[in-house]
Amino acid sequence: MNTEQSQVNEKSAAEKPVIEIINMHKWYGDFHVLKDINLQVQPQEKIVVCGPSGSGKSTVIRCINRLEEHQRGKIIVNGTELSRDLKNIEKVRAEVGMVFQHFNLFPHLTILENLSLGPIWVRKMPKKEAEELAMHYLEIVRIPEQAKKFPGQISGGQQQRVAIARSLCMKPKIMLFDEPTSALDPEMIKEVLDVMIDLAKEGMTMIVVTHEMGFAKTVADRVIFMDYGEIVEENEPNEFFDNPQHERTQLFLSQIL
Amino acid sequence: MSTNSEVANIKPPAIDVGVLGWVRSHLFNGTLNSIATIFLLLVGVKFIPQFIQWAFIDSVWFTSGQECHEAKGACWSVVTQNIRFNVFGYYPYEHQWRPLVAMIILISMLVYSRDWKKWNRRLGYLWLFALFIMGLLMKGGLFGLVSVESTKWSGLPLTLLLSFFGILASYPLGVALALGRQSTMPVIKAFSVVYIELIRGVPLITMLFMSSVMFPLFLPEGVTIDKVLRAQVAIIIFTAAYVAEVVRGGLQAMEKGQAEAAESLGLNYFQKMRLVILPQALKIVIPPTVGILISAFKDTSLVVIIALYDILNTTKSILNVPEWTGFSTEAYIFVALIYFFFCFSMSRYSRHVEAELEYTTENK
Repeated sequence: MNTEQSQVNEKSAAEKPVIEIINMHKWYGDFHVLKDINLQVQPQEKIVVCGPSGSGKSTVIRCINRLEEHQRGKIIVNGTELSRDLKNIEKVRAEVGMVFQHFNLFPHLTILENLSLGPIWVRKMPKKEAEELAMHYLEIVRIPEQAKKFPGQISGGQQQRVAIARSLCMKPKIMLFDEPTSALDPEMIKEVLDVMIDLAKEGMTMIVVTHEMGFAKTVADRVIFMDYGEIVEENEPNEFFDNPQHERTQLFLSQIL
Repeated sequence: MSTNSEVANIKPPAIDVGVLGWVRSHLFNGTLNSIATIFLLLVGVKFIPQFIQWAFIDSVWFTSGQECHEAKGACWSVVTQNIRFNVFGYYPYEHQWRPLVAMIILISMLVYSRDWKKWNRRLGYLWLFALFIMGLLMKGGLFGLVSVESTKWSGLPLTLLLSFFGILASYPLGVALALGRQSTMPVIKAFSVVYIELIRGVPLITMLFMSSVMFPLFLPEGVTIDKVLRAQVAIIIFTAAYVAEVVRGGLQAMEKGQAEAAESLGLNYFQKMRLVILPQALKIVIPPTVGILISAFKDTSLVVIIALYDILNTTKSILNVPEWTGFSTEAYIFVALIYFFFCFSMSRYSRHVEAELEYTTENK
């Protein structure tokens, strides 16, 4: 193998996308929710997806860890194609963290148990080690003192930070955020966004569905605008906000900014 | 300053606190409640003295049936003079200490295991050992104990046996059926649906009758299955169908987000159910589940239809003896108290478990 070729190989290896979505379609019954979605996500890339409600943006990221099934096209996550024949969807999901709008913490478990559940049962980690890991991530999201409490006993912003820490405990390669701040009171949004910004700085690969345009400007490498189940526009953030190409994008931005 | 201390010293109106306040807020807080209070007081005044007169003052306790017929009050002798037959039925008279010890072991074990946080492997082995001892005591045939056929098992031990194993086995079976009914696998789902609907569409009496009369017809000649065991299986199968539907209610009450969060962590189906979904769903349905289990306890009395003598049936037999005919009130009050004791204990225990499962830090 000559040098030139190996360089090419290295380059292509480095640029091998962690998520590839190719010509993906999805229907709910007869309703065409996602139309011909194409998306490639490189390692460490941060992508913000925005768009009006019902535009299919949440559905796209829910397809990436197969909480929803797509019907046509391909989704490849970490080199594994998601399909009906896939036996171990758990293996794919273990590498893809997901943060939900309504946190979805397990109310019957303490914060610490919420965090250590995945490492103990999926990663087969000894309990003590898993709890140390959990405490480590609780410190990263800045609420180690809440470890012994139950989710119902802490605020919404704290719950969402716990939910982020719970995903991080699995040491995922990709993090998906499904409107992480939409269910929060205004004064709590910042504490969650700060944690996400830290995470972005650490080099995590992130896809974030959000209406927080400030976050998109600071963090995103690319902003994707969706409407009626289609990707309408895709650009780097400055260009996207200052110079939107598409009429629907302009209308949307004028309404939310 | 003086005004402050005056304010601090102001007491609530006398009518709102103390005995008067309690009476007002609990007994006379509204027209309807006041009417109900007065009505119940009148009923109490009319009947309670009569009952006390009958049950305690004029009653006889340790006499023969003849003397009972002459007494004005209650004839508790029907209970005291027949207590051993009532409780142990046709179990051989000289060996009746054996079911007694077995029952004491069972109840002690239940009381000992009441704190579910202490459940562990050791306790499991202890239960296995206790069950073995209880079985040995009932059945005999080993270590010099005379063998007693299960057809002779009767009275309270039979009731407890049928209910204990009925509840113990039907609960997990019911949970499995509820999960089966929600399964995406068509065969499992179909089986669960058919099972649940079929069993729920049939009265327990029919099931007991079939297990006793029809089922043996299908067995090859010479093969017999114990009659008590057949009744036991019928009770388990029957109760499980009801448990399944209640548990399904709990599963449906769960938010979809819980399952999604569990799945997105990479938990597989069984981990998701065991660690996330069932602990929450089963807790939600504790009250109706306990209702079903209490029903199951009382429904064991239906084994009378296949000529098993549970405690209700032994009572009936006593009342068929001419000497004791006519004292059914007293005899049934006694049996009712026994049933009440066990059902009320189950009810209280479930409340206790529910309270312990509250998601608060104090319990950890």
